[in-house]
Amino acid sequence: MDFNDTPEEAAFRAEARTWLEKNAAPKDPDDPGDDILGERTSPEIIAAAKEWQKKKADAGWACITWPEEYGGRGATPIQNVIWGQEESNYSVPPNIFGIGIGMCGPTVLTHGTDDQKKRWIPKLLSGEEVWCQLFSEPSAGSDLAGLRTTAVREGDEWVINGQKIWTTGAQFSDWGILVVRSDADVAKHAGLSYFVVDMHSPGIEVRPITQINKGQGFNEVFFTDVRIPDANRLSEVGNGWAVAITTLMNERASIGGGGTGGGVDDLIELAASVELDGRPAIENSSVREKIADLYTRSRGVQYTGYRSLTALSRGTTPGPEASLGKLVGAALAQEMASFGIELGGVTGATLDEGATPGDSLFQEMYLAIPGLRIAGGTDEVLRNIISERVLGLPPETRADKGIAFKDIPTGPAS
Amino acid sequence: MNFDFSEDQKLLQQTARDFLDEHSPLSVCREVLESDQPYSQSLFKAAAEMGYQGTVIPEEYGGAGFGYLELAVVAEELGRALAPIPFSSSVYLATEAILLAGSEEQKQSHLPRLAAGEAIGTFALVEKAGQNGPEGVEATCKGGKLTGTKLPVPDGDVADFAVVAARSDEGLSLFLVDLDQDGVTREPVGSFDPSRSMAQIRFDGADASLLGTAGEGAALAERVLDRAAVLVGFEQLGGADRAFEMTKDFMNGRYAFGRPISSFQALKHRLADLWCEIQLTRSNCYYGAWALSNDAPELGIAACISRIAACKAYDLAGVEMIQLHGGVGYTWEYDCHMFYRRAKLLSVILGSPASWKDRLVTRLQAQNAA
Repeated sequence: MDFNDTPEEAAFRAEARTWLEKNAAPKDPDDPGDDILGERTSPEIIAAAKEWQKKKADAGWACITWPEEYGGRGATPIQNVIWGQEESNYSVPPNIFGIGIGMCGPTVLTHGTDDQKKRWIPKLLSGEEVWCQLFSEPSAGSDLAGLRTTAVREGDEWVINGQKIWTTGAQFSDWGILVVRSDADVAKHAGLSYFVVDMHSPGIEVRPITQINKGQGFNEVFFTDVRIPDANRLSEVGNGWAVAITTLMNERASIGGGGTGGGVDDLIELAASVELDGRPAIENSSVREKIADLYTRSRGVQYTGYRSLTALSRGTTPGPEASLGKLVGAALAQEMASFGIELGGVTGATLDEGATPGDSLFQEMYLAIPGLRIAGGTDEVLRNIISERVLGLPPETRADKGIAFKDIPTGPAS
Repeated sequence: MNFDFSEDQKLLQQTARDFLDEHSPLSVCREVLESDQPYSQSLFKAAAEMGYQGTVIPEEYGGAGFGYLELAVVAEELGRALAPIPFSSSVYLATEAILLAGSEEQKQSHLPRLAAGEAIGTFALVEKAGQNGPEGVEATCKGGKLTGTKLPVPDGDVADFAVVAARSDEGLSLFLVDLDQDGVTREPVGSFDPSRSMAQIRFDGADASLLGTAGEGAALAERVLDRAAVLVGFEQLGGADRAFEMTKDFMNGRYAFGRPISSFQALKHRLADLWCEIQLTRSNCYYGAWALSNDAPELGIAACISRIAACKAYDLAGVEMIQLHGGVGYTWEYDCHMFYRRAKLLSVILGSPASWKDRLVTRLQAQNAA
């Protein structure tokens, strides 16, 4: 048992580091880090992100696990992790390609025809084209297969009408992966089809959503008679759900648990620097107990990640423990943020540069985290996934099984 | 990254599971629970024949000379089986104290008998309610004669010798005391988990030999407790895992409202949460095992997080096991209460979780100051 690289991994890490040293600046300590909700999207940032992606692609460091014929290098998953670790030590633009690389690309590679892969993958990899995901709808979130955006075939084209929501990066995307209802007369999951849509098509309107923290990482996307060539369909008509599952499996793998702002070490630092009843807060026994609990839990999440990495390093698939990262990590981050605010005492109620202790880190984090507990599978959906797919428990009885989609009850609000 | 046990260690674990499936089904724990016998002598002897008591004892003292990763996987299996034997007292505490601080003579006189399971050792530290560690010890030792009362001493009724904390002129020190002598009186004390026994031991001028350096007993006791925390953590992990699996199996077979109760989200989500707690604990315990096996400077913090996580997960598993079984879980006849009791006993046996949380923050502060 150790935390070291194998000799092959160490050699790969050195190769990655050598390239990064030559091509990227060392990390600025004030770097805001991962932009987990996709809120940093000014034109300058997008241009810088595209430039960095192109640079990596030209040198063979973009999407390294993808096949060589499409610009990857056929690297192993553990090499991909090592690359990510090394890249995170440098000052690089926010990754606006997370959805394209993490979800859209793998889906096209799995279900696309040769022509489709040749058309889309190289430009996705090189950052020339940005991708987004058009899945959730106002009345289809956790119950994604209940979506209602329609696709009607007209010759070699499909006509799309409806609305998508929670689409990260739609405002600057070139392509989107889109799941739609192509047949409402069959059972819910059987009537879906999966397309790649040109985001510059007539009839698409993108409107930003303002979040509780005033960020605007997500959008609503409206479709009015949008036409998509049939050549842009992935897999067969009616097989959209199976394709969507491929996307969602990749989404879960890429969201993970880390990078959620302040960590437990920041909390300890804050507890040592503020006072409670005239003494450093960290000397208060209830503060100490809370810190111990949060520290233990956050280390548990970290070391669970190490177990998954170990499986990757050994060339095997990570065990079921890999599925708890987001469920535990997001709730834990929220709890840490909450406690971080409370440590400030009454000044915890401020959100003001200069007045708020700890540079408002935990206040900002507390307003960002609720999104993370919902995006990419709510806590409750994740518990279903763990209990059904990991633990093998029987599924919840459903009221919508075996009946045509158009006959499923929708409730008064719809 | 190599944060898992090796194939050889997993094989050893499987061997231990097979051995315990045969020699320590839950009926063996129940037998001890329901009878006057303080522990299963035949199981303790059979475990010694497998070499488990001597796992980390060097070969020159009659042990197997393995490392702590090997002992950790054995501990997990003993915990899984609710093995009703004084293993933790004898192996994780008494043996560790002698390995850490014993003189050559003390090692030669004790380790071979401990390895062979011919002697049982224990750690006599606590004297009164609320005590969790070496603080507050009032027993004294002057001129090699030890006086004072220890309550409770785990497995104190069956141990052959004890590592005893007492004050000498130099300060708190640890001593080796033979429990089969005139100056020692012991009485069994009722146990919260009668498959593990407890005793009160009175020392009245008993012969004692210093273990380690005089006046450094508090630091030594903490080191012993840290090591035991990791190993007991694996027992807790094994117990929690077993409780979880038994509960899951029960829920899959139990029907209500026309379907398995494990299909209800209100219940399956609780199983998912329990599973997460156990996974987090496994990860923290692995870290503890890594630190222990490398005698790493991180052991102080690793021991704390292993223990804090393990106490929480096993407690939760015991509580949920009864609740999710429903009425039958509350009967003496079902095995749920054996896990419920063992979980709570282990959560205080090395000091309460609150005391370990305080210790963790003290160590984090020291680490951050360094």
